[in-house]
Amino acid sequence: MKVGVVTFPGSNCDDDAVAAVAAVGAVPVRLWHKAHDLQGADAIVLPGGFSYGDYLRAGAIARFAPIMREVIAFAERGGPVIGICNGFQILCEAQLLPGALLRNDSLQFRSETVALRVETTATRFTARYAPGQVLRIPIAHGDGRYTADAGTLAALEGDGRVVFRYVRPDGTRDDAAATPNGAMHAIAGIVNTAGNVLGMMPHPERALDAALGSADGLPLFEGLFATVSA
Amino acid sequence: MTQPYRVAVYIVPRRGILDPQGKAIADALHALGFGGVGEVHAGRHLVLDVTAASADDASAQVTAMCRKLLANPVTEDFEIASVGTAR
Repeated sequence: MKVGVVTFPGSNCDDDAVAAVAAVGAVPVRLWHKAHDLQGADAIVLPGGFSYGDYLRAGAIARFAPIMREVIAFAERGGPVIGICNGFQILCEAQLLPGALLRNDSLQFRSETVALRVETTATRFTARYAPGQVLRIPIAHGDGRYTADAGTLAALEGDGRVVFRYVRPDGTRDDAAATPNGAMHAIAGIVNTAGNVLGMMPHPERALDAALGSADGLPLFEGLFATVSA
Repeated sequence: MTQPYRVAVYIVPRRGILDPQGKAIADALHALGFGGVGEVHAGRHLVLDVTAASADDASAQVTAMCRKLLANPVTEDFEIASVGTAR
């Protein structure tokens, strides 16, 4: 199993993503933003960071990087793609996922560990979690306020495509207090209609080792080995 | 014949979407005693030099740029503010 990790100018979580892929026994393949070839990767990770300085809007310019033509075609063929933080922003700009990620309602950059509830286990990315499991995963972003129109939100909720939601540490909802960025419906991560593209603001690749705070991100990367997607 | 045009475009957060930057600016203005200020919306003002066949063509080119890259269709609205000759 080969997993491509894309590096854009300004990516800063690509090494962590490579480490996460290796930690679950897959072979990481580094992909440069100017490349036109996914080198036979079976899955793709768009890592966090500040691609192209986040100029214009986060992800707006990265979305047109040469490698993204291949990533979009791969996703449209059903290939698994995970976008983390800036990667989520890029997937939204590329319209592989609906909605947009706007400036945190606090106007603050938030770097902390949050509680996330697994809202569905019917995706390859979350099949190894328990339904309703509460994860401890770090966030580090200034533009994480998930925003979409009412129809899109209804479709996401109705289809079970809200994958992760910000909750209290005990797993109960309190959107005003538990959401670090003002995201609508306390949404932290979603999948596309086909279920093969995941975007999430929190950083599972920074939660691989209990000695460093949390190993709750490992099952997500193990899910890349799932043979059946939802 | 083409010639250089200078096109200015405003890109603003769509009304109804929470705009914390605009709100922070409004709060600061209120604190300074500008009590007449209502809502404030913070956006972008871009100035582009474009080679085009006419002012209409220049405006159409920038509109296409806004739809493809410069504005986010989910959260932002744009408006061509002016089209002039670039010198």
